[in-house]
Amino acid sequence: MEYFLQLVLNGLFVGAFYGLVALGYSMVYGIIKLLNFAHGDIYMLGAFAGYTMLTIGAGALGGGSLVALVVILIIAMILTGTLGLVLERVAYRPLRSAPRLSVLITAVGASFALEYGIAVLYGPNPRVYPVGFGNAAIEIFGARLTWAQLFMMLVAVLLMVALDTWVGRTRSGRAMRAISQDPKACLLMGINVDNVISRTFFIGSALAGAGGVMAGAYYGKIDFLMGFIIGLKAFTAAVIGGIGNIRGAVLGAVVLGLLESFGTAWLGSEWRDVFAFGFLILFLTVRPTGLLGERVTERV
Amino acid sequence: MSTVLQVTDLVVNYGKVEALRGLSLTVGAAETVSLLGNNGAGKSTTVGTISGIVRAAGGTVTAFGQDVTNAKPWDLVEMGIIHVPEGRRIFSRLTVHENLQIGGYTVRDGKAIDTRIAEVYDLLPRLAERRGQQGGTLSGGEQQMLAIGRAMIAGPKLLMLDEPSMGLAPLMVAQVMDVVRTITEQGTAVLLIEQNARAALKVASRGYVLDSGVVTIEGSADRLRADPRVVEAYLGA
Ligand SMILES: Nc1ncnc2c1ncn2[C@@H]1O[C@H](COP(=O)(O)OP(=O)(O)O)[C@@H](O)[C@H]1O
Ligand SMILES: [Mg+2]
Repeated sequence: MEYFLQLVLNGLFVGAFYGLVALGYSMVYGIIKLLNFAHGDIYMLGAFAGYTMLTIGAGALGGGSLVALVVILIIAMILTGTLGLVLERVAYRPLRSAPRLSVLITAVGASFALEYGIAVLYGPNPRVYPVGFGNAAIEIFGARLTWAQLFMMLVAVLLMVALDTWVGRTRSGRAMRAISQDPKACLLMGINVDNVISRTFFIGSALAGAGGVMAGAYYGKIDFLMGFIIGLKAFTAAVIGGIGNIRGAVLGAVVLGLLESFGTAWLGSEWRDVFAFGFLILFLTVRPTGLLGERVTERV
Repeated sequence: MSTVLQVTDLVVNYGKVEALRGLSLTVGAAETVSLLGNNGAGKSTTVGTISGIVRAAGGTVTAFGQDVTNAKPWDLVEMGIIHVPEGRRIFSRLTVHENLQIGGYTVRDGKAIDTRIAEVYDLLPRLAERRGQQGGTLSGGEQQMLAIGRAMIAGPKLLMLDEPSMGLAPLMVAQVMDVVRTITEQGTAVLLIEQNARAALKVASRGYVLDSGVVTIEGSADRLRADPRVVEAYLGA
């Protein structure tokens, strides 16, 4: 029972990370039907932005305190958000009416550019995150959850709720959903479609950046390729939930986190990625619309 | 009569296809003008160019005395030039209410949006009944009403309707035309595009007939109804 609960907690924790990254993946796909291969690298950049600030500014910010981490999280989100926005401007927008494959190839290129750009700047070796959280933990019916894990999950949930409110209730969020359905009709509503796309990239990238900082602080080590696998995982989560669907991305991430947690407990940790990508393939073939895929009976 | 819209010698090409070859028309204040013509004549291209989603290769579009040739669509919406596109283009996965809200995207004053939505619900009670339903679940006629209602939330000064009767049963066509008439009576200038000339000329005071990207016949609704060419091509029994 304790063991079971522990696996659930682990799964939820990993799911929260995946969710932060999957959201941006799914939003960007929803709005411009692009699989943004560079999205995982934005997560990596978030981790490096946090690393840099912690290294340079640790003294000024008071070391590894929680307050410092929150400040750094916010700055890293603004940085990665801006970077995502610039990436869209520079790399994707000029190709808006080009064939899908050209844009996809550009995204793969952007991914390499970001990865090896960071490798040049910071060197290819892993860096140790200059903030460590102790192993102080709380026990819930015998299962352990560290305070750091709990804190990060809370931040992730907070960000997700904020996003869900933005998408569901605000004028921009409504515009975002409308563009994902019919961008041309949106022009006739007076929506500056380019602006809304920029905003979407900003938000999606900022969430990934937040995930990156948290990952760095939690795992304690970062490297320039850390975004690759998580990018694929986030994509898997988005597909499981129904790509383009915001709540689906979070659901997919939690499902994936739990599957990995239980799968590795059962078969051993070397099977973790096999699990994830096995499910990706399963969903793509059996239920490509995902768990919450959008369906509506449309009359013409 | 002050003019709301003046289109002069408009030229539009899609690659090698010459869709408009020097088209001119005007719409006066509070006037309902009909644009008639067969499939492929260039009607949708004309409104698309006016609303900024199709680029003009030549000619000018002037609205409220301002040159708006190739202006941005969102600037035109802000000026009150609202285009209800062919095929209605309802956001099928937004609710009816959200569809109306998004019609007011450029309206800064939230109260004004709510007031206008209430007016639309008054005018089109069917929409009020279905406000929480997804747009895609409405019937064709209801979707057309929603498309028109959505345009009304923007506070149109010039409303351009592209074939609102397309694909609708005769009874529904009559209802749509009634709504158009109500809008006209409120003083909004309307450019009504139709293949259904009979229905359009009942509502419009003037009309243009388009053929292969140019205006071939123009005049008052009465004159068009009596013109043998119009009768033969568009009103034939
Ligand atoms: N996006 C497009 N690409 C190429 N040709 C087009 C496009 N849209 C319209 N056309 C062509 O332009 C001409 C005018 O079309 P359109 O304005 O849609 O006519 P109407 O609305 O009167 O039926 C037609 O010959 C049509 O085939
Ligand atoms: Mg047409």
